[in-house]
Amino acid sequence: MSILVDKNTRLLVQGITGREGEFHTRKMIEYGTRVVAGVTPGKGGMQVAGVPVFDTVAQAVRATGANTSVVYVPARAAADAMYEEADAGIRLIVCITEGIPVHEMMRVCRYLKEKNVRLIGPNCPGVISPGQAKVGITPGHICCPGPIGVVSRSGTLTYEVIWALSERGLGQSTCVGIGGDPIIGSDFVEILALFEHDPATRGVVLIGEIGGTDEERAAAFVETMSKPVVAFVAGRTAPPGKRMGHAGAIIEGGTGTAAEKIAAFQRAGIRVASHPAELAELMARAVE
Amino acid sequence: MKLHEYQSKEIFARYGVPVPPGPITASPTEVREIAARLGRPVVIKAQVLVGGRGKAGGIRRAATPAEAETVAAAILSMEIKGQPVRQVLVTEAADIVQEFYLGMTIDRVARQPVLMASAAGGVDIETVARATPERIARVRVDPFLGLRDYQTRDLALAMGLDARLVPSFSAIARGLERAFVETDAALAEINPLAILSDGTLAALDAKIVLDDNALTRHPDLATLREPAEETAAECAARENGLSYVQIGGTIGCMVNGAGLAMATMDLIRLHGAEPANFLDIGGGAKADRVAAGLRIILTDPNARAVLFNIFGGITRCDEVARGILAAREGLPRQVPMVARLVGTNEVEGRQILASANITPAASLMEATEKTVAAARGATA
Repeated sequence: MSILVDKNTRLLVQGITGREGEFHTRKMIEYGTRVVAGVTPGKGGMQVAGVPVFDTVAQAVRATGANTSVVYVPARAAADAMYEEADAGIRLIVCITEGIPVHEMMRVCRYLKEKNVRLIGPNCPGVISPGQAKVGITPGHICCPGPIGVVSRSGTLTYEVIWALSERGLGQSTCVGIGGDPIIGSDFVEILALFEHDPATRGVVLIGEIGGTDEERAAAFVETMSKPVVAFVAGRTAPPGKRMGHAGAIIEGGTGTAAEKIAAFQRAGIRVASHPAELAELMARAVE
Repeated sequence: MKLHEYQSKEIFARYGVPVPPGPITASPTEVREIAARLGRPVVIKAQVLVGGRGKAGGIRRAATPAEAETVAAAILSMEIKGQPVRQVLVTEAADIVQEFYLGMTIDRVARQPVLMASAAGGVDIETVARATPERIARVRVDPFLGLRDYQTRDLALAMGLDARLVPSFSAIARGLERAFVETDAALAEINPLAILSDGTLAALDAKIVLDDNALTRHPDLATLREPAEETAAECAARENGLSYVQIGGTIGCMVNGAGLAMATMDLIRLHGAEPANFLDIGGGAKADRVAAGLRIILTDPNARAVLFNIFGGITRCDEVARGILAAREGLPRQVPMVARLVGTNEVEGRQILASANITPAASLMEATEKTVAAARGATA
């Protein structure tokens, strides 16, 4: 078992003919993901890595039964790609694209909510259920199947933590990168709720960072969970008022600091690691 | 990207928000002339992109044209929180009866814009939010429907606004909302929104922060950026598609991904040193971007060693390694370098660096230890 993606995932790749889209399509297929279709307007009829390319999402869904999509298109085209997917009946969208304007994302989130479509991202590494399916860009070889859920606002920091978990002998049920933007489709609480109900998940590692209040809300939710959660918050050394790479990683008006988030976790009884390798150790102690 | 008060006011005025006229100038003589023309007391306001101008003495009243010139000269020679004052805005001193706050921002939790209003105007809204959050009224705005008239009436009621002012308040709120949406702003704020002695409402101060991700679709607004407001390193980083923040310590670092970059900085501190900078080379960085990043790190004279921490996904380790080698040719100075490369094309990347004099590390912990030790060696 796992959450969001598994052996039944029938994946459609938006932007499959682009450089990144093609590169990562090959990696996803190598990992064993069932990539059933690609979409690039004007390039219908082509094949990329053996995957048929369609002009529209609706055509691709009709022909292949795709139920999940991954978006690699540039920021200016990403919102349109997501509206098209929602209208064509895709149930889960994973958006890797970085740099989508925040007003655009508010409209996309509102629209997808009404269509009952789940969105992961944008500006995220995607979702991987080790041994089953990988949707996005997480390097498959650092993961191994097991009982730990991972949820993170970061991309590469997530890899670092997955790597540390695998080294420590802790495999993962599913690893979810929820994205580093101010407006994202799914927040910590929504993913924690999925892990809480997933029989294959025994504990969850949460990786937060400065900016916003998502970690504080997650801390409150963890108090209602039966499974252990351990956490890490990046940005203890981040100065206020400066955007730290991610559009959402900024301490504004004195709120959104790492110290506040760490305090919120600790008040909720959540162990907080001071570096990624320690996170794996804390998780090991919590589940063993 | 932050806009100046005068730029924000120009935008608001286009959307029908009443803004008192206020020319800007860099010349005290011209300030005197403006004051003489107005024939009334004026307020002279420093145009800098930091908060707390008033407290720092950057906003002052002058009763006569001669005083206006003296005050302007004083303000124009100031630095406020490290930013030199290059221009002042000169406006007629308003006869204020009452001050309100009106601002629109993004509610990250609700994933919607939120319009906030308060009768506690003229002071820092974050202070109000902390001390007396009940004094701020909020309405969330549907991104497809936009602000509804009933919502502006709700806010007016919560602010205790006189019924006669509600129609003009509603028009201002709608103007603010349109400016916020149409400029792709992250924040649009009028503070204070004042009732003047003639019974009208006016926006006496204005602030807009634009969404950097949306600037490509607003070329007119993108030109408002003042290069002088950025450090040379920050400007060079932005032009190369890099995200750089100078921190002040001795350990330079180049990392792919913002979260990992922050975690790397945190780990440097855990090892008893301080990071020189934050530098995220972003996803899928090519060799030239990496090379530019390394040059930017080394423009900071405090950087005594450089730590490369690359966990490849969309970024390929071989590209990063090629960038490091390319940049080393033309560097102004050599410092110890430690590289930790894992993920996509890691074997190729390590092979490329094996020929160069760059210390390899297998883990982030090991890389941090080696870099901090190398920096201490370089200092001694």
